[in-house]
Amino acid sequence: MWQQAINGVFLGAIYALFAVGYALVFGVLDILNLAHQAVFTLSAFVALAFVAEGNMPLAIALPVSLLAAGLIGIGLERVAFRPLRGRSDSNISGLISSLAAATILEAIALQIWGPDVQRFPQGTFPDKPLHVLGATVSALQLTIISVSVVLMAALTAVLRATRLGRQIRAVAESPRAARILGVDVDRVIAWSFFLSSALGGAAGVLFGVAFNSVSPDMGRSVELKGLAVIILGGMGSIAGAVIAGFALGLLEVLTVVQLGSSWRDAVSFGVLFLVLLVRPSGLLGKAAIREA
Amino acid sequence: MLLSVEGLERSFGGVRALDGAAVEVSAGEVHGLIGPNGAGKTTLLNVISGLFRPTRGRIVLGGERIDGLPPHRIAALGITRTYQNIRLFPGLSALENVMVGAHLVRRGDTLRRMLFLRSARDDEARAREAALQLLGRVGLGDRAHHRVSGLSYGDQRRVEIARALASSPRLVLLDEPTAGMNAAEVQAVAAVIREVAKQGQSVVLVEHNVQLVMQVCDRITVLNFGKVIAHGEPQHVASQAEVIAAYLGSDA
Amino acid sequence: MPDFAGFFLTYQSLLAFIGLNGLLALSVYCTLCCGQLSLANAGFMAIGAYTGALLTQNAHAPFPVALLAGAVLPAVIAVPLGLPVLRLRGVFLAIATIGFGEVVRLAFVNWSYTNGALGLVAIPQKTRLWMIWVALAAVMFALARLRGSRAGYALEAIREDEAAARTMGIASTHYKLSMFVLGAAIAGFAGALEAHLTYMVAPNGYGFSRAVEMLVYAVVGGDAVFHGPVAGAAFLTVLPEALRGAGRALGLSPGPLRLFLNGAILLAVILFLPNGIVSLPRTLRERRMRKASRAALG
Repeated sequence: MWQQAINGVFLGAIYALFAVGYALVFGVLDILNLAHQAVFTLSAFVALAFVAEGNMPLAIALPVSLLAAGLIGIGLERVAFRPLRGRSDSNISGLISSLAAATILEAIALQIWGPDVQRFPQGTFPDKPLHVLGATVSALQLTIISVSVVLMAALTAVLRATRLGRQIRAVAESPRAARILGVDVDRVIAWSFFLSSALGGAAGVLFGVAFNSVSPDMGRSVELKGLAVIILGGMGSIAGAVIAGFALGLLEVLTVVQLGSSWRDAVSFGVLFLVLLVRPSGLLGKAAIREA
Repeated sequence: MLLSVEGLERSFGGVRALDGAAVEVSAGEVHGLIGPNGAGKTTLLNVISGLFRPTRGRIVLGGERIDGLPPHRIAALGITRTYQNIRLFPGLSALENVMVGAHLVRRGDTLRRMLFLRSARDDEARAREAALQLLGRVGLGDRAHHRVSGLSYGDQRRVEIARALASSPRLVLLDEPTAGMNAAEVQAVAAVIREVAKQGQSVVLVEHNVQLVMQVCDRITVLNFGKVIAHGEPQHVASQAEVIAAYLGSDA
Repeated sequence: MPDFAGFFLTYQSLLAFIGLNGLLALSVYCTLCCGQLSLANAGFMAIGAYTGALLTQNAHAPFPVALLAGAVLPAVIAVPLGLPVLRLRGVFLAIATIGFGEVVRLAFVNWSYTNGALGLVAIPQKTRLWMIWVALAAVMFALARLRGSRAGYALEAIREDEAAARTMGIASTHYKLSMFVLGAAIAGFAGALEAHLTYMVAPNGYGFSRAVEMLVYAVVGGDAVFHGPVAGAAFLTVLPEALRGAGRALGLSPGPLRLFLNGAILLAVILFLPNGIVSLPRTLRERRMRKASRAALG
């Protein structure tokens, strides 16, 4: 029982970390960034490249990849989102634009690294099993859980206690009001993308390490989980994404145990459609469901 | 009594936009709705037209309760509107905008068009003619085929008025229809409003142009902080102390 | 002696795929034209393809019946999928349809009756080029007549400002659902046609990248008019073939190259030419007129 809980928390930590990125950008820009999963994937590849070819220890490769992901995020915002701001159809064109960017990033990954699954070289991470409360946890799992939690806590700290965080929250509330109050909205949005993509990238590296598998389509499988998480948690809510992320991880592990692994993905779909049917605003959602 | 609004309440976040607002409009009446900025006038129109639900209160149109109904049902029951910040369909021409407004009075013709039936062609020709006439009434007959995004604000507002009239509604809600217009254009709008009322249709007119309101309205309701602070005939309302105070304290 | 037979064979195959991709692009156009982004059509296409293939293979049904079923079943499924989601904001539809596409793909991967991930093979090759193009012409005709009808005006209004359209009496959810169902039927029909052309169906051919591809055709061509998507499909079907040689010279593999072209062209279009390539003549004309009037004003 404990074992499943640990596995669930482990999986959920990665889902939560990934989904928080969606929530942050949606909260600020009111647009779903469908390129988030491509940043997730690219970041894993970057980390792999640094470790496998650059002989960098993972502990250094992770923050480097995080930085790279954040920079890709800024580029993404500049190229695919900023030019569309102010257009009357910015919601749908933002979705399409992010899809286009995702496609481009995927093509690049596919061209450079090919379609096959790649693995981290031997000895990249410690694999000592530990015994906690009668369950077997690997040092890797614990590390991943800790890193995820630390990053999410760091984001929360930024949002609550720093000036940038207050500005981000102001822009999320109302860009017009924030601008009147003197906030540099462009800069704030760029920072939001940086933070969002850095976290998404971190999730990618952790995911790649957790399952020792990096491939150009890994983002695709997690994208849907991430979307299910933010629907469950409420589209613009970071706290919701965290709670729902862990919830989904636990739910998924429990389902696999009870029903078998071919049902694993059914959980996210089930959650997704159920929430849309019954309570589209999710657990902590603030976004208006219907315009009129 | 065509429209009766009682005890309407609606908040946004912590702000009480409507706090017991009430209005009564008869058939063929032009009813002014005035008040300082933020008084809740647009919110009242939004609630009447169905864009927002009131948290409390009733709206009765011709004997039927309409609060809580979706906007397209309310429109079908005979209420149309214009918008403070102009919501025309930017990619369409003035004529096409008005034709959309006529949606409720046109028959579905997709199937007939696929069979190239004459009746479909006639229906469309009739709808076009009616739309052109409406645009003529608001003085835009010569600009019917222009894309609305290329028209001046004053012209755009007039297109919106024509669009709102296209379905022959019982009640038209006009939200600051003369903002940004010169004196001649304002008089043109006033003439249209008077015509509309003479044909038995009612108008609720939200306006900051107090002169226009005095000129064209049969009765007025004054809102402030989401509440009615005065109502009645224009002269009577204008002299009331609260109304003057509200306006002196605002930037109307 | 130049290989005329081989050339014609390739040429015919290209025309077939332009036609099929045109149909798929139009299926996406159905939802785009009322302002909705749906990524479900690859899933509907899969349902249509499998339905048609199973009927001809296992039930020995006549081809027209298989095609019809390939259109009807997706349409029926589209109703319970669309109803709860179409009354919500557009982003919810996008998410729900991404989910739906994955559900369909995984369902087929896990279904032993249809050979799971391997799919069905040896489907009778009953599709002819003329069938594809007649279907395409019929759909284009229907969409052309729709535009300019009362419903067509309503759809444009919904696309430009749904809330304002509703205050004019337009029952937007009803229209959006109808177009969603129509798009599903067209995609399913195209799927059944394709299955009987390429004689095989497999779940991974109808995944997310297929859905994005159809969207790209529609948007790049121009999603404001019915002929745009077909133009986009033609352009983007031919382009990778035309550039294949150049790509190989640069050391680029055809798969990533096609993906990159789709993404880059889509991005360029959405940023600079949002009404698609069919609006290019008009945009150029307007720019020339603006330049001329600026010059005239000195």
